[in-house]
Amino acid sequence: MKRYGLIALMFVLACAPVTAVAKSYRISVSQFVEHPALDAVLKGFQDYLTEEGIAATYNIHNAQANMATAGQIGTQIMGEKPDLILAIATPTAQAVAQAFKKAPHMRKTPFLFTAITNPLEAGLVSDLEHPGGNITGVSDLLPLEEHMGMVMRFFPDLKTLGVLYNAGEANSKSTVQGIRKIGAEKGFEVVDATVSKSSDVYQATKSLVGRVDAVFIPTDNTVVSALESAVKVCTEAKLALFCADVDSVKRGAIAAMGFDYYKHGRQTGAMAMRIFEGALPGDLPVESQKTLELHLNLVSARQMGVAVPQAVVEAADKIYE
Amino acid sequence: MISWYALVGAVEQGLLYGIMVVGVFLTFRVLDFPDLTVDGSLPLGAAVSAVAITHGIHPLVALVMAMAAGFAAGMVTALLNTKLKILHLLASILTMIALYSINIRIMGGPNVSLLGTRTLLDMLPDAGVSGYGAAVILYGLLAAGVTIVLIWFLHTELGLAVLATGDNPRMITAQGVNTHSIILLGVGLSNAMVALSGALVAQNQGAADVNMGVGTIIAGLASVIVGETLLGRGGVARGCIAALIGSIVYRVAIALALGLKWGTFAFTPSDLNLITALLVVLALMTPFIKKRWSRL
Repeated sequence: MKRYGLIALMFVLACAPVTAVAKSYRISVSQFVEHPALDAVLKGFQDYLTEEGIAATYNIHNAQANMATAGQIGTQIMGEKPDLILAIATPTAQAVAQAFKKAPHMRKTPFLFTAITNPLEAGLVSDLEHPGGNITGVSDLLPLEEHMGMVMRFFPDLKTLGVLYNAGEANSKSTVQGIRKIGAEKGFEVVDATVSKSSDVYQATKSLVGRVDAVFIPTDNTVVSALESAVKVCTEAKLALFCADVDSVKRGAIAAMGFDYYKHGRQTGAMAMRIFEGALPGDLPVESQKTLELHLNLVSARQMGVAVPQAVVEAADKIYE
Repeated sequence: MISWYALVGAVEQGLLYGIMVVGVFLTFRVLDFPDLTVDGSLPLGAAVSAVAITHGIHPLVALVMAMAAGFAAGMVTALLNTKLKILHLLASILTMIALYSINIRIMGGPNVSLLGTRTLLDMLPDAGVSGYGAAVILYGLLAAGVTIVLIWFLHTELGLAVLATGDNPRMITAQGVNTHSIILLGVGLSNAMVALSGALVAQNQGAADVNMGVGTIIAGLASVIVGETLLGRGGVARGCIAALIGSIVYRVAIALALGLKWGTFAFTPSDLNLITALLVVLALMTPFIKKRWSRL
């Protein structure tokens, strides 16, 4: 009997240092839909934590754009009892926030949101500087001045700008209002073309041909998922196409100032890191994207018949040719 | 594989969407009127109740307002069908796509957040009941209540006219019943239930969103058929109850699919819909398997 006790003691001693060093975190993720930008956020988040030497096991859920499933994922995560929850995009973040209400045992679990344009309007936090409670995150509110500034470097006397978006996406609606405000100041008119599903993008882009100097696509999930149809129409009609996320430049937009969603994810990962080091989520202010990049696609520029100013080429962080 | 929270959450969703499924059963099986309006009337109910609540109206009153809006939406479909002689499927599709724009109008945008406002859920702690199971009991009572009222209605004289309109419109016309007004009533009632379901889902989920109706009819029809397969067909009472149970089974299937350990099985999150479909197929196979077993 004594011998067994000794063996057990040795076993515990052998294991103790190992468990103390490699603390592993369990992270549950609720993503709204498969989408290159949102996938990049998740990858950035995971890569950052891996590089920081955090051992984490992930429970990744994807609602496949279904709100009912998003709700169920919320309760699913409450049952998984993770060490941290990450919600990607507005509907999933709202669903998780609501699931918390019914799971008092999770009240202390940190909840990070990411890729959310307006956390205030979405009801996730009431104060960006002091979110309070267990919630904070990163907002992808577009620095619209910078975006419009980029378009106007191509078209210094821009008169009409077409904006292609889904009127059913809360993020896009607030973005378009912002663009319209800038247009009023800088003297260009905004022409909307709205879609309600990806298959409308082709037709909506066609409706802009001949009416606008250039087309701008905000970070709209519906339009971006069918970006190729917009690229096709713009190439045929020799119409300049700009986007708000750099992933879209690789897919055929001329240029984007902005948003590298991969870096967005890394920034979210850095917040998670601070929480693991002991910070309370409610004390961390909601962050917005820190670094912007200019990506340029010279092939598309040529196909769409747009002259690229030399200064823009020099300022570009990444050029596809 | 499936935690208690996920199971309770699935039952909750099953009950809430179950009210919608019973509504779909009413048009699809009882009235024999394939109605796709539901993809629009579910978010309509959500939108009306969410906007009402943010304007300070009591959550329960908001539910009644949602039902009224849903009834009106159903009536539009029925009027397009009966008065303008538009095929029922097309009539309902037209109403459904129109509702997309109307819902954005009602909400003044695509999404209205209910986080931080007082909803039905917040009334539970006030009434002295709390805990994770309380919401399930509340939703269970609501779903059961609505189903019982519908079953009772279908046994009244007017309800029998609805049944007859679906079964044998010629016979019921010969009895001096105006089938047009019966269709108006039936489709209206069905959509009132769907809107109620949407309003409850929005209050439960913390937001009304214009895209929350996508796939409603698919989930509704799947649930009706799952229920029928498990409980068998026959009688409206059995049909209504089967619809509710079918809805719960459908949501539990999704919860099971979510709970599968992705990493070890080489499933990815994008396989969710496939796995849900397979689990529903499995549920539908049970009667066959049962038959086999009894023969052995």
